[in-house]
Amino acid sequence: MTGVGFVWKNLYRKKTRTFLTFFCLFIAFLLYVALGSIAVVFSLDTVSGELGANRLQTSAKYSMIDDIPKRYVDEISQLDGVELVTHMSWFGGYYQEPSNMLVTFPVDPSTFFRVYPEYEISDEHLTAFLETRRGMVAPIETVERYQWKVGDIIPIGSDIYAQKDGNYTWEFELVGYYTPSQEGMSAVLLQFDYFEEANAFGPGSVGWLAIQIADPELAPELAQKIDSMYINSSDPVRTATESESNRQFLAQYGNITLMMSGILLAVFFTILLVCANTMAQAFRERIAELGVLKTIGFNDFRLGFWMLSEAILLSVLPAIFGVVFGMGLLMAVGSSGAAAMFVPTPPMPVLLSTAASSLALAAGLGVLVGAIPALSTTRMTIVDAMHA
Amino acid sequence: MAFIELNNVVKNYAKGSEVVHVLQDLNLSLEAGDFLALMGPSGSGKSTLLNLIGGIDQPTAGRVVVAGSELGSMSSSQLAKWRSESIGFVFQFYNLLPFLTAQRNVELPLLLTNLNGSQRKENAMTALRTVSLDDRAKHKPGELSGGQQQRVAIARAIVADPQILVCDEPTGDLDRQSAQEILALLEILNEQFKKTIIMVTHDPLAAEHAKNILHLDKGVLVESGQTEVAT
Ligand SMILES: Nc1ncnc2c1ncn2[C@@H]1O[C@H](COP(=O)(O)OP(=O)(O)OP(=O)(O)O)[C@@H](O)[C@H]1O
Ligand SMILES: [Mg+2]
Repeated sequence: MTGVGFVWKNLYRKKTRTFLTFFCLFIAFLLYVALGSIAVVFSLDTVSGELGANRLQTSAKYSMIDDIPKRYVDEISQLDGVELVTHMSWFGGYYQEPSNMLVTFPVDPSTFFRVYPEYEISDEHLTAFLETRRGMVAPIETVERYQWKVGDIIPIGSDIYAQKDGNYTWEFELVGYYTPSQEGMSAVLLQFDYFEEANAFGPGSVGWLAIQIADPELAPELAQKIDSMYINSSDPVRTATESESNRQFLAQYGNITLMMSGILLAVFFTILLVCANTMAQAFRERIAELGVLKTIGFNDFRLGFWMLSEAILLSVLPAIFGVVFGMGLLMAVGSSGAAAMFVPTPPMPVLLSTAASSLALAAGLGVLVGAIPALSTTRMTIVDAMHA
Repeated sequence: MAFIELNNVVKNYAKGSEVVHVLQDLNLSLEAGDFLALMGPSGSGKSTLLNLIGGIDQPTAGRVVVAGSELGSMSSSQLAKWRSESIGFVFQFYNLLPFLTAQRNVELPLLLTNLNGSQRKENAMTALRTVSLDDRAKHKPGELSGGQQQRVAIARAIVADPQILVCDEPTGDLDRQSAQEILALLEILNEQFKKTIIMVTHDPLAAEHAKNILHLDKGVLVESGQTEVAT
């Protein structure tokens, strides 16, 4: 038996209590890795990055899922510093089953690909898209996943828009595909003109605008100018740079990052108490024993160090299991198509850094929780321990 | 200078604002190889005196010199090291660690030495053999009788081969038969293994096993003569 063996045996002597504490921490760290990684993804500009610097997004002021008048496209195009304006609408599409969710936007093909050069499409497919009334293009991955062929008529269901006859299932002709140049671009694009004339709500509205501007430096000024143009109208707008507005979009879904931070904070506060309680009990039970060990000649520092090690083991061991399981879970979810739509799979570096920060957190927790028992162990005199 | 020497030792405890005077101007000198029984009424300061000799407590005033070391001038970690090398402790309630087997309990003091794992185990087994409990090496304290537990505690006290054994009522919790075994064992350790033993006891029959008996009353030592002459 060695010092390590001794610490280990101590941890093992109250099996139920140790197990329950372990289990608590295991769940907490599993949550931390899973939610933590996702929160990081939500706060990354995975879609726009540098490219978005010269683009503004304009949407309805109070809710990004409200429509805005289509005439804003022309009006904003007139402004100095604006090069090109395109628009998109939220279609809420799916293929065959609602579980086959597709991110689907009706767009204006003549401007969309110029504002978004990262959607790479061949001239041939672009021309076909421009000329086909019910045209549709999709990212190459989606085309391959559903084994679509150019020329197929594809039924696309909508959660939002019915056609004039009340039917929520639309038919579009796949006229081509594009190659996303970045991770995360997966929108199916529909011909807006057809969507506009056929939908039951009637023409004249679009979801939001993407505005290509000449100089990223002027972005704040232009954004303010656009917002003030409509401030007293019945459809006021809010304009922001693209990355800023992605964040705002996600923030609308219950402010995911904040919510997750809140949950995690609560979870960690709870396990802090659980661990602290376990260690405090362990210390109290052992006062007489510690006195014996000191009598035998174990010095204060060594016994305190053992107590601290025990606390660190108590939190780091389950954290390792939690982190491994959490990472496994995320990868499993990420590789199953449908769920991946809602839960973005964090890239490996994000996962690894979350894992590293979890373990650091666990070690910190151990130190925090072990500090008082360790100090008390160091300070306790043998005579007091024997009288306790 | 004697092997164990206490000069003008005073020990007070502060209890709140009150001061408890436990030992008053106490002098004691013991030669190596002695077996001393320390008797006296409850609260007279026997354990306190033992703690001072064993280096687990410091006197309020006076000098304690044990096996050539002046304990009053040592730091707490120096004292810890000194105890691990020089003193074996035996308590009334055995004080074994309940989650360790007999062998591992005995091995405990050897964790403080440079011995490797197999040497530690070997020495622990030798000590258990000395107390005739090598067949119970794998048992935990809960699976042993009181007398057996006290023998394991004695094995633990001698495993690092200290010169001095300090025993606080080692038979206080045992029946007559088990007590006799423990006392016989202590006599062997004193006579054959040359351990200097100081034993606190309330039991006059137990005290008869010692070479000398001292009485402590209200913090003052009273000589009561020798029980038998050592051979
Ligand atoms: N840590 C302490 N703090 C305060 N008072 C103490 C402390 N330790 C001992 N005393 C007091 O010192 C006196 C002597 O105690 P000690 O334990 O030495 O007696 P004892 O002779 O061993 O008695 P017993 O036979 O009951 O074991 C008692 O009055 C006790 O209350
Ligand atoms: Mg006592």
